[in-house]
This record gives sequence, C-alpha cells and structure tokens, in this order.
Amino acid sequence: MSLILPTSPPESGRVARWLASTDHKAIGILYVLTGMVFMLLGGLEALAMRAQLARPNATLITAQTYNEVFTLHGTTMIFFVVMPMLLGFSNYLVPLQIGARDMAFPRLNAFGLWLTVMGGLLLYASVLVGPADAGWFSYAPLSEKPYAMGEGTDFWIAALLFAGFGTTLTAINVIVTAIRYRAPGMGLWQMPMFAWMAFVNAFIITFALPCLSAALLMLEVDRRLGGHFFSHGGSALLWQHYFWLFGHPEVYIMILPAWGIISEVIPVFSRKPIFGYEFVAGSSVAIALLSFAVYAHHMFVVGLGRPVNLAFAASTMLIAIPTGVKVANWVATLWKGSIRFELPMLYALAFIVQFTFGGVTGVSFAVLPIDWQVTDSYYVVAHMHYVLMGGTIFALLSGLHYYFPKVTGRHLTRSLGMWSFWLVTLGFNGVFLVQHALGLMGMPRRVYTYPDLPGWGLLNVLSTLSAGLLGVGMTMILWNILRSLRVGEVAGANPWNAWTLEWWCASPPPPGNFTDLPPIRSRRPLWDLAHPEDTDADRPRRHDQTHGHIRPEEREHHQ
Amino acid sequence: MNAVPTLDPASSLAWPLTRLMWIVFALGGAVFVAVATFTAYYAWRYRHRGARGEPPQIFGNAREEVLWMVGAAALLAGLFALAWWTMNRVDPAPPAGRTPDVIVTGHQWYWEAAYPAAGGRGAVRVANEVHIPAGQRLLVELRSADVIHDLWLPRLGRKMDAVPGQSNWLWLEADRPGRYGGTCAEFCGAQHAWMRLDVVADAPEAFGAWLAAQARSAAPPSVAAAQAGAALFAREGCGTCHALRGVGARGGPGPDLTHFASRQIIAGGVLTNTPANLRTWLRAPQAVKPGTRMPTYPLTDADLGHLGAYLGGLK
Repeated sequence: MSLILPTSPPESGRVARWLASTDHKAIGILYVLTGMVFMLLGGLEALAMRAQLARPNATLITAQTYNEVFTLHGTTMIFFVVMPMLLGFSNYLVPLQIGARDMAFPRLNAFGLWLTVMGGLLLYASVLVGPADAGWFSYAPLSEKPYAMGEGTDFWIAALLFAGFGTTLTAINVIVTAIRYRAPGMGLWQMPMFAWMAFVNAFIITFALPCLSAALLMLEVDRRLGGHFFSHGGSALLWQHYFWLFGHPEVYIMILPAWGIISEVIPVFSRKPIFGYEFVAGSSVAIALLSFAVYAHHMFVVGLGRPVNLAFAASTMLIAIPTGVKVANWVATLWKGSIRFELPMLYALAFIVQFTFGGVTGVSFAVLPIDWQVTDSYYVVAHMHYVLMGGTIFALLSGLHYYFPKVTGRHLTRSLGMWSFWLVTLGFNGVFLVQHALGLMGMPRRVYTYPDLPGWGLLNVLSTLSAGLLGVGMTMILWNILRSLRVGEVAGANPWNAWTLEWWCASPPPPGNFTDLPPIRSRRPLWDLAHPEDTDADRPRRHDQTHGHIRPEEREHHQ
Repeated sequence: MNAVPTLDPASSLAWPLTRLMWIVFALGGAVFVAVATFTAYYAWRYRHRGARGEPPQIFGNAREEVLWMVGAAALLAGLFALAWWTMNRVDPAPPAGRTPDVIVTGHQWYWEAAYPAAGGRGAVRVANEVHIPAGQRLLVELRSADVIHDLWLPRLGRKMDAVPGQSNWLWLEADRPGRYGGTCAEFCGAQHAWMRLDVVADAPEAFGAWLAAQARSAAPPSVAAAQAGAALFAREGCGTCHALRGVGARGGPGPDLTHFASRQIIAGGVLTNTPANLRTWLRAPQAVKPGTRMPTYPLTDADLGHLGAYLGGLK
C-alpha cells in the first residue's frame, strides 16, 4: 500500500508532514504530545481545586466553577491524558517490539489519533458556552436536561464520542498488528511484555468503549429528543450500569499498558528476565476477562440486592489475585539481580510501592461494608490517585525516561531528572497520603468547600502545598525534555543494553524501522545474540527447583 | 466533635463495621509493608556494585507462583466471609411489610425528615436534622426529590444513596443521646458541599416530647413585629415553596418551616440558626449559598426584622 500512496507529499513542510503522517512512530509521538498538552491543562485544573480547598469556607472560586473544573479535570486526565499517552506508547512500541514496519492500518491509525484530538478540542471548546458540571461520571439525572440546562454536557458527550471511536479504532489496529505482523519466529506468547499487555488491553478497549458510546448516545437522546432512558420515567441507575460496565474495564485500560512498561523496565535494570513471564502475561488475560465482571462494585450504595452486592464483592476480590501475581513477580525480578538505579528504574520502584498501596486500599473497598462507610469520601480520591497517578503516571514517567533515547536519540539529563523524580514522588505522596485520613475523618469528595472541622484545614493545606511541589517537579520534567532534545547525551541504538527488538534498530528508528532482524528464537533475541554460548532458547524449559538453570560464572557473580 | 468519626462508632450498627476496618487495615498494612520492605531490601541488597557480567538469569518458579496465588486467595476468602458476616450485622434486612419510622428525603440541597407515625404521613417534616430516640433502632425509608443524593452519617453506620423513583431502606440507631454530624456523599450539583445534616439522638422520653411538639401547628405570632413578619410571609408568597402548618402554607420543594426555630442549622449547614445568621440568609441567600433554590427577595431592613421575629418565634 505504501508503494501506491506515499505517507506524505515530499514537498510539504515539517509541520504538514507531522500532521499528515501515517507512520506509527509519528502518530505515537503525537499521541504522547497530545497527552502532555492536556496534562498541562488537567494539572492546572488540579492546582485550582487544591488552591480552593487549602482553607475551610474558602471563596477563591465559586461552587459552579469548582464543579466545572473537577468535571474537566477528571474527563481530561482519563480520556485526554492517560489514554492518549498509553495509546501513544502502544503505537510507537508495538510494531518495534514485534519487528514490524508499521501498524496494520496506518491511515486508520492517523484517523484514530485525530478523532481523539478532535474530542479534546470539543471538550475545551465547551469552555466558551460553560463546560459540563456533572462530573466525569455524569450521573443521571444530574446530567439530564432539568438539572444540566447548558450545552456543556452536550459538548462533553460529543467529545467522549469522538475520543471513544478513535480509541476503539486504534485498539482494533493494535490487535490486528499483533496478530498479523509479528516477525518470523515470534509467537504471540513470545511477544515482549509491553506488546503483550498492549495487545490484551486492546481487547478490553474494543469491548468496553462501545458501552460508553451507547450510553452517551442514549443520554443525548434524552437531552435533545425527549427520550426516557435515564429520567422522566426512565431509570437513574440504568445509566450507572452502562457507565460502569465501561468504567471499570476503563480502570484496567488505564493500568495494563502501564504494567507493560514496568515489566520492561524492571528486568532490564535488574539485568534479569522477568520472573514468571507466563504468570505475568497470563494474569493479564484473567484481569481482562474479570474486569467486565466487577463493575457494580461502584454501585454498592445504590440499593442493589444483597446477592448482587455479594457477587460483585467476590469478583472484585478475585481480580486482586492476578494483580497481586504481577506485583509479586516484579519484586521477584529484583531478587538476585544487579540493580541499576537509573531514572526509569527509580520511577518503576516508586510505582511498585505506590501501586501496592493503592491496591491494598482497593481491596478494602471489596470488603463490602467498608465501601458502605468510605465510598464517595476522600479515601476514594486518595485510593484512585494512588493507582492512577502513583501507578499509571509513574509508569508513564518510567517509560518516558526509558524510551526517550530510543525516540530522540538522546538521553534525558540525569541530574535534573533526579531532582524532578524526588520532587514528584514527595509531592505526589504529600498530596494524596493525607487524603486517606481526610476520608476517614468524614470529608466527602467533590465538595467545593468544607466546614472548619478539627484537622480538616491542616490536612488540606498540607495536601495543597504538596501539590505545589508536584507541579514544580512535573514542570522540571517538561523542561528536561525540551532541554535534552538539544543537549542531551547522545544515545546509541541500545543504551540500556536491553534485549527486545525495539533496541535493535537505530535511535531514532528510521522510516520502515528495520532493514534486517536478528534471529528470533526466544523472548530475548538480543540476549541470545550477545550470549551465543548460552541462549535463552537453549536453557531448559523447566528450571530446577531453586534458582533456575544458572551458568557457573553466574553463580560467582558478585554485585 | 470527633476527629475521625468513621473509627469512632456510636451505634451498634457501626461498631462491627469499624472493627472490620481495623482488621482490614491491619492485614492490608501487613501486605503493603511486606511488599515495600522486599522491594527496598532487594533493590539495596542486589544493587550493582561494579561487578562485570550478568547476574544469574532466573526465569521463574511455577511452584512459588501457585503458592502466592493460594495464599492470596485464602486471605481474600477470609475477608469475604468477614464482609458477609458484618453485612448482616450492620445492615439487617428489614422485615417485610414494616412501615418506616422516618422518611428521609434528599433535596437539592438539604435533607428532610418526615415522621409518618405522628399526625399522619408527612405531617411532621423537619429539615437539616433528624431526631431519633437513643438506643432504639428506627427504619428509614430513603428517597430523593430530584437527583441522586447519599446519606452519610459516619458515626452511625453505612451510607446509602437516595435515588429518584426508588425507595432505599436502612436502619438508624445511636447508642447514646447526642448530635451526630452527617452529609450528602453523592455529588448532586452546585451546592453538594452544603448538604449537611445532624442526627439528634434524644433520650426516649425527650424524643416523645419533641415529636409531640413538632406535631402541633405553628403558634400564631403574638408580638407586633412577628405579626408583621407573618403578613410579609403571606404577601411575598413564601408558602409557594415552604410548608408552614397553621397558616395554610403547603409549598413543597423548600424546607417545612413550622418549627423552624427549634433547629440548629440553616440551609444544609451553611449557617448556624442564630438571628443574625437568619438575617444574613434572608437578605441574600444567593450570596451565602450560590445556586440555592431560595431566590433573593428585595427585603428592607424592617422586613428582615419582621421576618426574623416571626421565624425566630416558631419554636
């Protein structure tokens, strides 16, 4: 196809070439840049909220504005920051990791990207008419006509429809690419961890996003055509069923590729293969299936029957097992390794600790009566940010520092990177750790202000000050990126001495990615190439009971 | 006022829940500490110290994996059993056909409580506070007048949504007399933040006296200022939105004002019920609580004095 249709006319300028590109690398980068621009907006919104909440009974911004800001913040961060960034990584990395020249459908790929960008623009165009103010979850009937008269909610619906369709198309593209375009010798079960998780993730997207799109269309029919789905005789809870049937798989959509990044970084900087590939990969499939069976744990207080509540509590506990398997395997990968404290690894280690914290508080919601007490409080806000920010965003930062040399040919500056790592880590934990306590102290979420109850003001001001630190740290990362593009240390094809195919081609990879491929006989073709005397393929498939099959010189390895 | 109400239960419906929280925090904390410790210890113990070559290449251990999973499954199965047992303790199913003792309705943005046993269904309606007799378990029917709200009384037990078009049921009990703060926990629009309430647990005989007093119609105003206030109340059409038994005001959406002066907070807790605060509120409700359904009326200082005298006398 590329023979007939050149990806861009040769005479066009640099910007035009980017905008018209169908190259998976350009699209991947554009996805990540889109995410970064919206992250700036979502971050400013977060700072505005924290400023308002710094003191009790504050009047810095009005109730109406606050509600619009938190609606924008949630919608932006989920649909226009985390998802585009993860899809950007998938777009950039999946073809490279499986030794392909591009995605299966390059023009569909570009279409998916621009639909997402269009969605983001629509969301922010709504600022001109007064943005939606019913929250990113837009519960009916609050999002219905009598309670949300303005056009903001209609813009919000349109924005998510555009982005949702774009995301679904890209997911289908990832599935077809992974199935059809793997290099000769690479089975599905041999794909690098990130490619595997992006592949599984694409299935979740393909089945979950249409639930959202359908529900959004129904809401719009209610609002504009006088429908009765969710109000005026319809069911307010029906919206929640549809929304969370999308919304909980969405949680895993936002974490699976992040797990993929972590599962790439930890082995490389421990100088060992991932512990239990089959279990890390297989648990992703279990999670993908279970993610559709847990959604009503968002609805434990709406008055569902006892058996329904119990069933969803049980499935929610079940999904903690494959998640725990992953954490255990990451920790086990560190065991007897040779740990290099490079920036990607620092973020990955912080990820393990923070994600585990968020996971543990997550299990406390599955213990159903606890959910009855703490749901819709700041305890949830804290939990959710520990997995989404302490988890996904930290994994994305790990991936950013890890793949920056591949994408640009230059390293990010280490000293600046260290400063920003510690600022971001301290800032993040400072913002959200105290919010667990606020929730237990009875502070409900989504309030624009709060009464001066004992301790509330102090913890809130701590949270707000930490948000400032976090903001400084994030800005320094941005500065590091801009600076290192010009002056960063030049990186070769494989600066981290990693083992998967994306490190085989030049940095940045040329158009078409590969001119040749190494023989692929195992999950780590570049290890095999560097250790011809001891390839992974030649190691026994079943390892001995204690430490696996170990070469004599490995036994004598001293850290 | 207790700093951490969720861990300071004041009801037999809440303490099993608090105990469960402590158990889960302890177990979860142990899991977290174990993972964090192993991560930190391995990262430090196996840090690269300049050795050349690669460390032992360990691919995994299926037996260990299965052990982890079985261990996690056992822990979770135990938690599930505990959760189930606790659910039955803190949220027992109401007997079929039992009529509610209190009907609590969420409005944008205040809570209303009606006592069907006193003077007929909906006769006694109070706003911003719910009175209960201490030591007795009352059945609450929870409704919404508009959007979804959620009744959260951290010291008294579980929270429950108020969903339009549906009745939810929960038990309410406080071990001892006292005031127990609560709030709306489900985002319900502009003034979700000021949809707070108090549950007031009275000694049983005091509760009986309170209910009897609430069941009476408002006493006619005796002083001149209050009489002027009553006339103003009628002239401005306050009764379109507010019920006030005894003067024929039957309005629906706003709080029932029959015994307004017996309450301690105004407008979902945004102000305490003092004469000065009432004046502030009546002068400019939209400034005190932007978005509230209460419109701002052009009232003179004299009007405010009269209305304040009238409402302040509605004990």
